[in-house]
Amino acid sequence: MVETVLETHGLTMRFGGVVASDNVDFKLRARELRCLIGPNGAGKSTFFKCVTGLQTPTEGEVYMRGVETTHWMPHQIASLGVGIKTQTPNVMDSLSVFENIWLAARRFHDPKDANRKTQEIIERLALGSIARDDLGRLAHGERQRVELGLVAVGDPWLVLLDEPAAGMSAEDVERMTEIIHELNKTAAIIIVEHDMQFIRSIAQVVTVFHQGKVLMEDHVDRVMSDPTVRNVYLGKKV
Amino acid sequence: MPGSLSKDAITIILVTAILIWVMPLMIGTYTLTVLIVYGMLGLSLGLIWGFGGILCFGQAAFFGLGAYTYAVAAINIGESTVPMILAVIVPAAFAALLGAMMFYGRLNDVYLGVITLVVTLILFKFINSTAGPQYLIGNARLGGFNGIPGFQTLNVPGRPDDYIWGDSYFYVCAVLLGLVFFLVSALLRSSFGRIAVGIRENETRMSLLGYDVRARKTVLFAAGAAIAGLAGALFANWAEIVTPSLFSLGQSAEIIIWCIVGGLGTRLGPVLGAAGLAYLKFLLGQQSLVDNTLITGLILVLFVLFLPKGVVPALAGLWKVSFGRRPLGRIHQQRRMRNRGRVNG
Ligand SMILES: Nc1ncnc2c1ncn2[C@@H]1O[C@H](COP(=O)(O)OP(=O)(O)O)[C@@H](O)[C@H]1O
Ligand SMILES: [Mg+2]
Repeated sequence: MVETVLETHGLTMRFGGVVASDNVDFKLRARELRCLIGPNGAGKSTFFKCVTGLQTPTEGEVYMRGVETTHWMPHQIASLGVGIKTQTPNVMDSLSVFENIWLAARRFHDPKDANRKTQEIIERLALGSIARDDLGRLAHGERQRVELGLVAVGDPWLVLLDEPAAGMSAEDVERMTEIIHELNKTAAIIIVEHDMQFIRSIAQVVTVFHQGKVLMEDHVDRVMSDPTVRNVYLGKKV
Repeated sequence: MPGSLSKDAITIILVTAILIWVMPLMIGTYTLTVLIVYGMLGLSLGLIWGFGGILCFGQAAFFGLGAYTYAVAAINIGESTVPMILAVIVPAAFAALLGAMMFYGRLNDVYLGVITLVVTLILFKFINSTAGPQYLIGNARLGGFNGIPGFQTLNVPGRPDDYIWGDSYFYVCAVLLGLVFFLVSALLRSSFGRIAVGIRENETRMSLLGYDVRARKTVLFAAGAAIAGLAGALFANWAEIVTPSLFSLGQSAEIIIWCIVGGLGTRLGPVLGAAGLAYLKFLLGQQSLVDNTLITGLILVLFVLFLPKGVVPALAGLWKVSFGRRPLGRIHQQRRMRNRGRVNG
């Protein structure tokens, strides 16, 4: 039996009257690659935030590798070996690419190993030519790639990516896809994405969110051809 | 930071030595001593604000606490070594407690400012109201608005009758500032310091990387208070009296202005800002034509408008443009053009 790395029971998040996440039961196995889709406001990011401790769910529980983490702080969850990329870019803008990745590496390694790991990731993500540049000066695609580097350098076993391909060029997306596949060799990955092309190219099982609830969970082909899903989400896009 | 720690050490030793030699030719050592003390106080806020992103409106509280701790302990103990050590520890412990409350309570920056301000105010009011004879710590009367005079000043460790004063005291303060400056450099080069800068830049990201932001900010906050406490003790020895005005909000505001004018995010900026502005204040104090605070306020406004990064970063930039390597290659320039106008989310 394959280990379950992430599980939620009845995860609910209310903001006043808005139920952003509504009784979500979710299960992810080790080294699985899962895509979350759903229209804007469906509660995908909220689900991420509840899982990563950025928000505390109103009700329900979160388990990681069998340990309950519902009320943990983000740094405690990250320390387990969970890598997170939020929807809005979250990087250290006035620091260099090297320093950004080094800070991520330093969390799990002593200074010398952190230097080595950082070099490794910089080579792997082809960031060598811009390693000494401040992040604030980089193009959007490069910053996204660096942020993925921050996640990857910690050797996580669970990776959560909120819209990693948003606003990127086709070439950047292709490179991103490669990196994700590489990560997926050792980590389970959840990707929230809007870009259907990207989803089709990468997804196996897809979970569809709608109004905070899980609407459907199935193989990408069946999800894409499902009339209800088309109705709520794909309507104009397909 | 470029270079290495040993280079830092050599630079600091050389610069300190030269300044100790040159400065007394221009300014009296008595005045220089207090400029050094203020420099150290500026550095204490420069560390936590410029590198840790913690804007504290109450740095004067730790300064005053250091001074009072020294005075009270010196009266009770009679030899200056332990009081000096206590003057560092007590403010640091107080800051650790206060910091833990604020950072673990997840207060945002605005509330942090308000709370540090209020704590300063409370300390000021409290010390001011301790004129009665019932306010005693051991043998030391707190003395309210009159302050505490007549305590044992700095002596050679172990020899209570061997006072360090005058020029010798100036040397001691200068060397201590050099030492603190070196320690701050070492801290900033360490993993702890680099992580602190990361937290300044993006708390959410750093906690998503697995760093306990609350604990780290608390420690940094306490380190800043320790330096401010040392400056306070040195000030007490210089002035030979401590009064509640050490805790005043005016003092706190001045420290913030020193940092802005000198340059946040640099080590040297707050020291120079403090010494420079304090000297200016000293000069202005000798005339009665224009009001002191007016000038300080004017300088602040001018800096915010025309040199918002402060003196030291501006000079460093000028140096780079004139003498440094060509900072931007073609590729970078192009990239910059492309990014112009893009909003950093
Ligand atoms: N902090 C918040 N306060 C109030 N409402 C929120 C907050 N965060 C999200 N919401 C609401 O929750 C719903 C789900 O948002 P979100 O999770 O960002 O959706 P998605 O990521 O799927 O686009 C939206 O209606 C949004 O307005
Ligand atoms: Mg979202």
